[in-house]
Amino acid sequence: MAPASITRSREAMEQAPAAADADSYLRARDVRIGYAAAGQADAVLAVDRVDLTVRRGEMLCVVGPSGCGKTTFLNAVAGFLPVSSGELTLKGKPIARPGPDRAMVFQQPGLLPWRNVLRNVTYGLEMSGRMRRKDAAARARELLGLVGLAEFGRTYPHQLSGGMQQRVNLARALAVEPELLLLDEPFASVDAQTRETLQVELLGICRRANVTALFVTHDIGEAVFLADRVCVFSKRPARIVKEVAISLPEPRAQARLKPEFLTYVKEIAAALGSAQAESR
Amino acid sequence: MATAIRREEPTQEPNEGTVVSSARRTGRRLRVPDSTQRVLLGSLFIAGLFVLWVVVTALGLQPPILLPSPWGVVAAFREIFSSPQIWADFAASGQELLYGFVLAAAIGIPLGLAIGWYTRLGYLLDPSINLLYAIPRIALGPLLIVWLGIGLGSKIALVFLMAVFPVVLNTSSGMRSLDSNLVRVARCFGAGDLKIFRTIALPGTVPFILGGLRLAVGQALIGVFVAELLGAQNGIGMLIENAGEQFQTAKVFAGLIIFAAAGVILTAAVRSVERHFDAWRA
Repeated sequence: MAPASITRSREAMEQAPAAADADSYLRARDVRIGYAAAGQADAVLAVDRVDLTVRRGEMLCVVGPSGCGKTTFLNAVAGFLPVSSGELTLKGKPIARPGPDRAMVFQQPGLLPWRNVLRNVTYGLEMSGRMRRKDAAARARELLGLVGLAEFGRTYPHQLSGGMQQRVNLARALAVEPELLLLDEPFASVDAQTRETLQVELLGICRRANVTALFVTHDIGEAVFLADRVCVFSKRPARIVKEVAISLPEPRAQARLKPEFLTYVKEIAAALGSAQAESR
Repeated sequence: MATAIRREEPTQEPNEGTVVSSARRTGRRLRVPDSTQRVLLGSLFIAGLFVLWVVVTALGLQPPILLPSPWGVVAAFREIFSSPQIWADFAASGQELLYGFVLAAAIGIPLGLAIGWYTRLGYLLDPSINLLYAIPRIALGPLLIVWLGIGLGSKIALVFLMAVFPVVLNTSSGMRSLDSNLVRVARCFGAGDLKIFRTIALPGTVPFILGGLRLAVGQALIGVFVAELLGAQNGIGMLIENAGEQFQTAKVFAGLIIFAAAGVILTAAVRSVERHFDAWRA
């Protein structure tokens, strides 16, 4: 299986010959990530020889069985974890620590309860210290407009619904104008209807603001709906078993009803299934 | 005292008016809003106790030496305030309370923050703090008098020892219950330890600090009373002690009321600061 997966990912790269290195924003080359676990002498390997690129303005979704190491990979990209071997670079520079060039949207909104919505959105700007207070507030208002919460600047997080909180979270991440937006199952804890709305909105926002994003999820439908490309991770230790370029008719809002959508979902589900069966 | 504090609670609730009026409109049984019920029931109980007091004393069921009448207490107040001694008492007790409490806050808050923030400092100090906390601290009174003399010093020290523990313990536990999600968000934006302390840990701990201060008020008052009991020239605690020895029970009551009033006023002051932070709490 391993050689086959490599061939497949080569094919995927050949499909976009112009991409090469010039456009590649995030580049993972032969990345392995292990960490010390209690009661075990050797480091536990979570991610094994992952090769992938995220190109400028692209949304790459990573799907995989839960606990497979996809979040570990995302944490390494965020700079929370070091890679054990291989290379992880953003715009050619190796990633060593968290930084404002990458912003992360977690499953938990993580809003500061004592700050109103506006001051939550300026929080990232304050932490990176790149903007004067007045400019930060203006930028925050702009982003609140973008996520449809222009009227809620003075509201406190506990007064908002889960979906609205997640929008504030997104606005806060986008406020720092990250080179790369990292999303770790951001819609996993909101109800199904809100999730679809948020997915459509995220897609629109990313197109408008030309955001480059790496999106981790275990929901295949979500991945197909959002992604320009989908990477399928195997069970732990995670390897890439398949890479699928998604091309759905625009606007994508109705894409779920198209037969191509279902074809992609089936293709990815099959890859996931075989990956799980193989490692048993 | 607790019931008296309740009366200080805010009575406004956003929908109070509409709840009542809609109940009237629909002709259902009139429902009294919860906040009104709370104030009403608390006040009624106090009023009931007062009436009971009036009845028992008016019927002469107990001799005034055991239970003075409300009028006897009023007369005692009049007597107390006719002598300049009361101002010396107020000054003495007030000083002990103020210095002890302020010292407890000034030392307790930074100490609690440090213990909560630096894990190793917590390891170092936690056992000693728990040990000291387990000792009934008023038992340290005689020792403090030996060390610091019978004057203001030993009294402030006792008030401080009484008040500092709730402040330290609350502050450090607030610091430790810091939301790891928020820390991760801050780190993600590249915030260092100092920024995390300032923007996440400190604001998150403020409610805990205020809660600690509120508990400290009651403890400090106990400290004042016990310190004066162990020997003093002036003070409200001394006034109660002297009156008790001479079986001037009405005067004892008056002294207790002064203590209670001090407690209620100070607690309400801390509560009003706490309420300021309620805006963001669900």
